[in-house]
Amino acid sequence: MKWDKLLKLIVIIAVVAVVAILAVKPVIPDVKWLPFTKLIKQGLDIQGGVHVVLEAQDTPDSPVTPDSVKRAMAVIENRVNAFGVAEPIIQQQGDRRIIVELAGIKDPDEAVRNMIKTAYLEFKTEDGTTVLTGRQLKTATEGKNPQSGVAEVNLEFEPDGAKIFADVTAANVGKPIYILLDNQVLQAPNVKEPIPNGKAQISPYESLEAAHNVAILLRSGALPVKLDVMEKRTVGPTLGADSLDKSIKAGIAGLIAILVFMVLYYRLPGLVADFALITYALIVLLIFAALHVTMTLPGIAGFLLSLGMAVDANVIIFERFREEMWAGKTLRSAIDAGFKRAFVAIFDSNVTTLIAAAVLYYFGTGPIKGFAVTLSIGILASMFTAITMTRYLLHLVAGSNLVRNAKMYGA
Amino acid sequence: MLRDKKPFHFIKLRKIWYVISILVIVPGIISLFSQGLNLGIDFRGGSLLDLRFNQPTEVEQVRGVLADFGLEGASIQRSGETDFLIRTRELTEDENLTIVQNLDQKLGGVTVQRNERVGPVIGQELLRKALLALGVASILMVVYIAWRFEFKQGIAAIIALLHDTLVILGIFSIFQIEVDSTFVAAVLTIIGYSINDTIVIFDRIRENMHNRKKGEVLEDIINNSLWQTLARSINTVLTVILVLVALFLLGGATIHNMVLALLIGVSSGAYSSIFNASPLWYDFKKVEERSKPRGARA
Repeated sequence: MKWDKLLKLIVIIAVVAVVAILAVKPVIPDVKWLPFTKLIKQGLDIQGGVHVVLEAQDTPDSPVTPDSVKRAMAVIENRVNAFGVAEPIIQQQGDRRIIVELAGIKDPDEAVRNMIKTAYLEFKTEDGTTVLTGRQLKTATEGKNPQSGVAEVNLEFEPDGAKIFADVTAANVGKPIYILLDNQVLQAPNVKEPIPNGKAQISPYESLEAAHNVAILLRSGALPVKLDVMEKRTVGPTLGADSLDKSIKAGIAGLIAILVFMVLYYRLPGLVADFALITYALIVLLIFAALHVTMTLPGIAGFLLSLGMAVDANVIIFERFREEMWAGKTLRSAIDAGFKRAFVAIFDSNVTTLIAAAVLYYFGTGPIKGFAVTLSIGILASMFTAITMTRYLLHLVAGSNLVRNAKMYGA
Repeated sequence: MLRDKKPFHFIKLRKIWYVISILVIVPGIISLFSQGLNLGIDFRGGSLLDLRFNQPTEVEQVRGVLADFGLEGASIQRSGETDFLIRTRELTEDENLTIVQNLDQKLGGVTVQRNERVGPVIGQELLRKALLALGVASILMVVYIAWRFEFKQGIAAIIALLHDTLVILGIFSIFQIEVDSTFVAAVLTIIGYSINDTIVIFDRIRENMHNRKKGEVLEDIINNSLWQTLARSINTVLTVILVLVALFLLGGATIHNMVLALLIGVSSGAYSSIFNASPLWYDFKKVEERSKPRGARA
């Protein structure tokens, strides 16, 4: 018995065991990032939510332009923020599509309806009569007053709007004009003097940024283009939680089956492979947490599948190792020869799977991308644990003389 | 080497393996041409509602409400007492809302668990992308194998992949199991996985060719390599199948069809890697050898 090697072995086992427990069980309640499986972001299909693809449509009044799509995105962002959704995703896809993802909202259908409805921008006088609407506002931009340096918002009306605005301002000097978005007062500037040319300034603002925000709201008060729902996927929170629960149960059952199989078939090396597999699962979960990978249901399937594939490397190695033992090599040289010869096969075969995963990532959307990411991370991590770690551990076990019976090594 | 008894010769019996493959594939191809695949809303466009009613409900009751909207032809699938999966043509946001409200009022309360709507344009794009992905992945893999091994092995591997894809497509077509975008992920994974198996075997053949003994013929080298890697081939498939069976039995309904496709594909992939890829390569080699002298004479 070689005590130094045995000690190393015990330390490694203890470390992995501690990390494993910390990874999944909330042992220390005060530490926010433990258990770290909590840090793995859950996809919409797990936590519930909505994924919508909107497409801007040309209408006779308002053809789709790059600017109108940008403004439509600003409106949607503004409305989404009003729902109080944490971390919404609003992205442009291609020329005229907008992808919106909202996680964990109660009524996804209502959220979608609110998102695509045409909002209404109105200008009202003190007595509540609507004098102008968003259609007559040509543009709104932020700027600094060249004389005073104060931030302001510059409004410019369409010709027909300018005429009305001139009359209204003339009749309301000293009184406020209310600017409402969806019936909520956005601004209520006082009229200082009649404005005949349709160009008005609202000021003062604290900063250019504050002026900028108001300008965006004014500019994009109404959706500048017609938006159609091309694709909508909503998942209720109960269904998602249920699916996650089932997948975890299935995963544990599958994992245990693999662990048992490996020990029964490969004996001591199998036990080492099992230990490496648990380390593998921990490493992969850690990477998921660190890279903020979004876990989807197909993603979980991909992860579990990668568990099955991760032992493949060990199976290749152990089969080789057995052959070397049968050929009459010593334990240690059989271990080395087994690993050396198996490496090329493992490398070549994993590269092809990585090619498939990369293609999936490139062409896939949403959950499929998640599947490709988890599969790829799994393959890369398994190359490390199955080759480096199993080899080191196997040498430790063999070197510690803990088990000398060649039969226990499967020979 | 010890334990060197081989019950049969893989290469000499190769015609039998080809026949088995053809017997499995042909019914699927016939089905693909006659009834095609049961494309889900991902590819065809349409709406899907996954509903849970507050009280036990019958299919007829649900169909009755849908009939008011001219949707009596919708596919209504019941799972359990209160859960229903309804597939219809693409509904507008308004239609969707009124239908759910009507079901809610007439049948005593309903929760929408899942609601998906895919426009026909998106569906077409997904289908195009899926086919493109399959094509690109296959080409890249042939290139890789041709680089690491030889071109003929790349072709043999791709035919084995085509075999696996046809087996999955065929079974899904015969039983009209619904095909959605996760199905594409499954097929691509199988392509990656099955080629894994083939490569491990090719790797062994490459090594054995290197250490070729005098007088050893190619068919025996391949046969030996297949027997040497057989335990690995079987054990690997077993571990993956263990996980997949667990996912199939215990996992949720959302990934059910994906897992099923993976199960079929992994099994077929193991078969084609052992019984198709290497024998095919052997036949390609033979054709090459036969055509060479003839070419020299001409």
